[in-house]
Amino acid sequence: MKRILHYLSKYKVVSFLAPLFKMLEATFELLVPIVVMDLVDIGIKNGDKGYIISRALILVLFCALGFGFAVTAQFFSAKAAVGVAKDLRRDMYEKTQKFNHADLDRAGISNILTRMTGDVNQVQTGVNMTLRLLMRSPIVVFGAVICAFLIDVKCALIFAVAVPLLLIAVFAIILVTIPLFKNVQKKLERVLRSARQNLTGARVIRAFCAEDEEINDFDKENNELFDMQKFTSRISVLLNPLTYLIINFAIIALIYTGAIRIESGIITQGALLALYDYMSQILIELVKFANFIVTITKAMASANRIDEFFKEGTPMKTIADKRDENAPFIVFDNVSFAYPSGGNVLENISFTANRGETIGIIGGTGSGKSSLVSLIPRFYEVSGGTVKVDGLDVRAYDGDSLKERIGVVPQRAVLFAGSIRDNMKWGKNNATDEEILDAIKTAQGGDIVSAKGSLDAPVTEGGKNFSGGQRQRLTIARALVRKPEILILDDSASALDYATDAKLRMAIRGLENPPTTFIVSQRTASVMHADKIIVLDDGKAVGIGTHDELLESCPIYKEIYDSQFKGGEGK
Amino acid sequence: MKKGTFTRVLTYIKNSIGLLLVTLILALAIVAMTLYLPILIGDAIDLCVEGNVKIDTIVDILIKCGITVALTAILQWIMSILNNNITFRIVRDIRRDAIRKIQRLPLSYIDSHQTGETVNRVISDVDQFSDGLLMGFTQFFTGIITIIGTLAFLIVIDWRIALFVFALTPLSLFVAKFIAQHTHDFFLVQSKTKAEQTAFINETVSEQKVSIAFSHGDENLEKFDEINDRLAKCSLKATFYSSLTNPSTRVVNNLVYFGVALLGGFFCIGINPSMTVGNLAVCLRYANQYTKPFNEISGVITELQNALACASRIFEMLDAKEIEPDKDDAADPEEINGNVTFENVHFSYTPEKKLIENFNFAAKHGQRIAIVGPTGCGKTTLINLLMRFYNPTDGKIMIDGICTRDLKRVTLRKNFGMVLQDTWLREGTIRDNITMGKPDATDEEVVAAAKAAHAHSFIKNLPNGYDTYIGEDGGALSAGQKQLLCITRIMLCLPPMLILDEATSSIDTRTEMRIQNAFATLMKGRTSFIVAHRLSTIREADVILVMRDGNIVEQGTHDELLAKGGFYSELWNAQFVN
Repeated sequence: MKRILHYLSKYKVVSFLAPLFKMLEATFELLVPIVVMDLVDIGIKNGDKGYIISRALILVLFCALGFGFAVTAQFFSAKAAVGVAKDLRRDMYEKTQKFNHADLDRAGISNILTRMTGDVNQVQTGVNMTLRLLMRSPIVVFGAVICAFLIDVKCALIFAVAVPLLLIAVFAIILVTIPLFKNVQKKLERVLRSARQNLTGARVIRAFCAEDEEINDFDKENNELFDMQKFTSRISVLLNPLTYLIINFAIIALIYTGAIRIESGIITQGALLALYDYMSQILIELVKFANFIVTITKAMASANRIDEFFKEGTPMKTIADKRDENAPFIVFDNVSFAYPSGGNVLENISFTANRGETIGIIGGTGSGKSSLVSLIPRFYEVSGGTVKVDGLDVRAYDGDSLKERIGVVPQRAVLFAGSIRDNMKWGKNNATDEEILDAIKTAQGGDIVSAKGSLDAPVTEGGKNFSGGQRQRLTIARALVRKPEILILDDSASALDYATDAKLRMAIRGLENPPTTFIVSQRTASVMHADKIIVLDDGKAVGIGTHDELLESCPIYKEIYDSQFKGGEGK
Repeated sequence: MKKGTFTRVLTYIKNSIGLLLVTLILALAIVAMTLYLPILIGDAIDLCVEGNVKIDTIVDILIKCGITVALTAILQWIMSILNNNITFRIVRDIRRDAIRKIQRLPLSYIDSHQTGETVNRVISDVDQFSDGLLMGFTQFFTGIITIIGTLAFLIVIDWRIALFVFALTPLSLFVAKFIAQHTHDFFLVQSKTKAEQTAFINETVSEQKVSIAFSHGDENLEKFDEINDRLAKCSLKATFYSSLTNPSTRVVNNLVYFGVALLGGFFCIGINPSMTVGNLAVCLRYANQYTKPFNEISGVITELQNALACASRIFEMLDAKEIEPDKDDAADPEEINGNVTFENVHFSYTPEKKLIENFNFAAKHGQRIAIVGPTGCGKTTLINLLMRFYNPTDGKIMIDGICTRDLKRVTLRKNFGMVLQDTWLREGTIRDNITMGKPDATDEEVVAAAKAAHAHSFIKNLPNGYDTYIGEDGGALSAGQKQLLCITRIMLCLPPMLILDEATSSIDTRTEMRIQNAFATLMKGRTSFIVAHRLSTIREADVILVMRDGNIVEQGTHDELLAKGGFYSELWNAQFVN
């Protein structure tokens, strides 16, 4: 809420003028019944055609002025609302771009998307409606009551009773139904889940001939939803009849009182007509206001969620460290790591790697392989020990200076919408076509470019117009374009057949300045030729050494090897 | 198409036709009473002439007013409830039909349509359709009756004023239409730009880890700003122009109102006025009420168009081609041995791209058949054919000499046990998941199956054991545990034929061993088709089917195939290339 006001302050002038013009518009609307009253009491009573015409012209003038004010107000409030939404979206996106891996894991894409689209839209509507109605509705309602008091105090007392009654009725129904609608929404989500399950599980459901049970489950949820909707609507549709009832009984009371007052000569027939008009204006405005309240509660909830969103994110700090010129290129010194959600993922890992070496990392799922390599570019913070690159703690590198020396090939091979060249330039902004083609060749992807025509071949979102293997080789090329000093292949050859995988490893080793390469894999074949293999089991390094050493000393390595190569001596 | 959709909607309404008639009659009564009330009040005001107030008659009229008001309110409430119930029921019925339809859709439909999109049809489209329908009922119908009724009453009160109001009607319609047309274009641009921005956020944020690795944040922000600025511009236009509707129609309303006041004022003048002040009040009220339904109706028409569009999407799904039903005389043998034969089988998903051609093969009872090949070579196609998720385009697949097309689907599938690599669990308890193939299994049977599948120990350690509730994604279960659960499901039914899809990776060694053992227990004495990644499995198979680019290129034992020196030996040797 405070945050929205802060954003609104950038549009101070328009957000002040919008309600002001709305107020002016409302004032002119309030004057109409008084003019009509004069028209009846003076014009009609005296049979003065000129007077009637003059009143009618005044009304037209009011109408024109009102329209002018209204249009100005709508423009100002739209400007403020759209502006706030735009600034919010921008700042939120900037915020996401500063998120680190841990923040992203926590926030989740679908969350970020709904915050930035649905919630921001809701706030935009909320700001727009608030600027338009927050001043207008009370002015019309209370203005009508005040005008009534000016005309006749006794008749106006009916207003003083009817308006609070209306307010109570409107708010009571809104308050009762909001939680009910929430429940309906929840139930609807259950129905949705049930429907989705029937699609995602179609094969299994059919394999087990469980169609009828699924139908029964769905019917149960569906019927419950039906009952809840019926119950909720029974209350929510009370709003219209109830307000109609209150206002019209007030009008009946008004006419009865008015008749007595006219008989006593205190008020005129025209005055009664004006009072009648005011009562109707109040009703129309209150219905608008009720809708406004619903909109504003939604907008407030969205604003709160956006507020929470801005509190996300923990920036990484740079620390001071002196470069140790004699240290090996990469040093893991007693490194432990835990995800913020808890549970140690890596415990006391120590190893070193020299320039140009290949390090294999193998182990089962959840053994911490990917976590280990993600500490090198400082995607996550260590929870204990230090990681050093080129003699300097990774936490001591400024900005992106560390990441620029590293080429990362993530597990999931994803390309971005654009051309092949655009994607390759992610690795190096000013890469020449020659550099790009070289990198693609090393990544065993030469055939992809020739198959697609050229580097200008389009890539659709996520790279869906490429096969898994093609995508994987292109993501490897993307990392190679920058001629990295360190190359991290995070299980990134899984879609390649064994032969291509082997050729790729050979090509990387054959580069002019071969990078220090980390290969994360589940396949012994991918790591067995590495200079050093680290075997991880449940976050601990249970073996470090060459293939032959580990076969001797590390039972888990042998177990993995055997399970994949049992009887494989027939090479 | 449109017309077809409309008649389909009618078939759903048909069930509620009685209620619908009642609400239509109620609507008529309500409109009549709402229009009658201002006349009563006008009469009362007419009696309030200074110095000549007939208070008794006024009270009589006011009592009539009170009764009318109370009756209108009650009828309004009842009508709204009925309208809601009708639409809710239609929604429920459509969803009910949809879920049944889903079970009868061929897998080819489900595979070729995104899940989210189909779910959208069943949920949001149905909801939007019902919203439109509800608005149509309540506002369209009452709106039209109100317009006609108002004109009729006006004519009775004073035909000159009626004529005036009627003459100005087109103006109101014209203004509303003019604005709607222009805002529509702006909204179109806005929603396009919005979609573009959402796609951009989706792409860059869901792959942001790549962005971080390549320090691409600034470039992303730059592009975002460009889209965001464009969105703000067209959004301002759309918001502003659409917000003109209210003030503009209000101006038209007011002009009508003032015109009536002026004319009525003239008619009320003179010794023998042709109109009373009370009548003028009624006319003014009517003038106010008269334009409102016009604005509403134009809104309703867009809403209805939208609703029909949603309906046609729903019906497109409901009318999609279904799987061919079992033949009337479909075979239902008591026992199946598990001899599987492929006779001249041809298959392709699309006619342009031929996959399996003239495939012949026989698997005898108890044999193990390994299906191997590089990723994406179409190994799942064989599963699709065996389970009859898809039919061969030509040729026959026979089980114990009966063509699968002549077998009851239930019989065929009950005799196959399937464990896929993409484990799928349903929302529910662990027990619900295990008993999917045998809902009436006893607790002892369930535990015995879990023990045989090496799943009992981890299930026991879950917070509520076999009653632990898991979501569709399996909750806290690991990939390996999920697969063990799926094996338990089969272990409970023990069908004579198996389809097993070995996990490529992603499972820790210990669990992997358990799965291996569980598979071994299962396969004993059963005809098993195994999509194999593990060399040991492949070597021990009775027959190996080698697939490449969707077709089966070689078949034979490990030694035969190696000796042959074809694609298989190439694959096999590639694993040992230095």
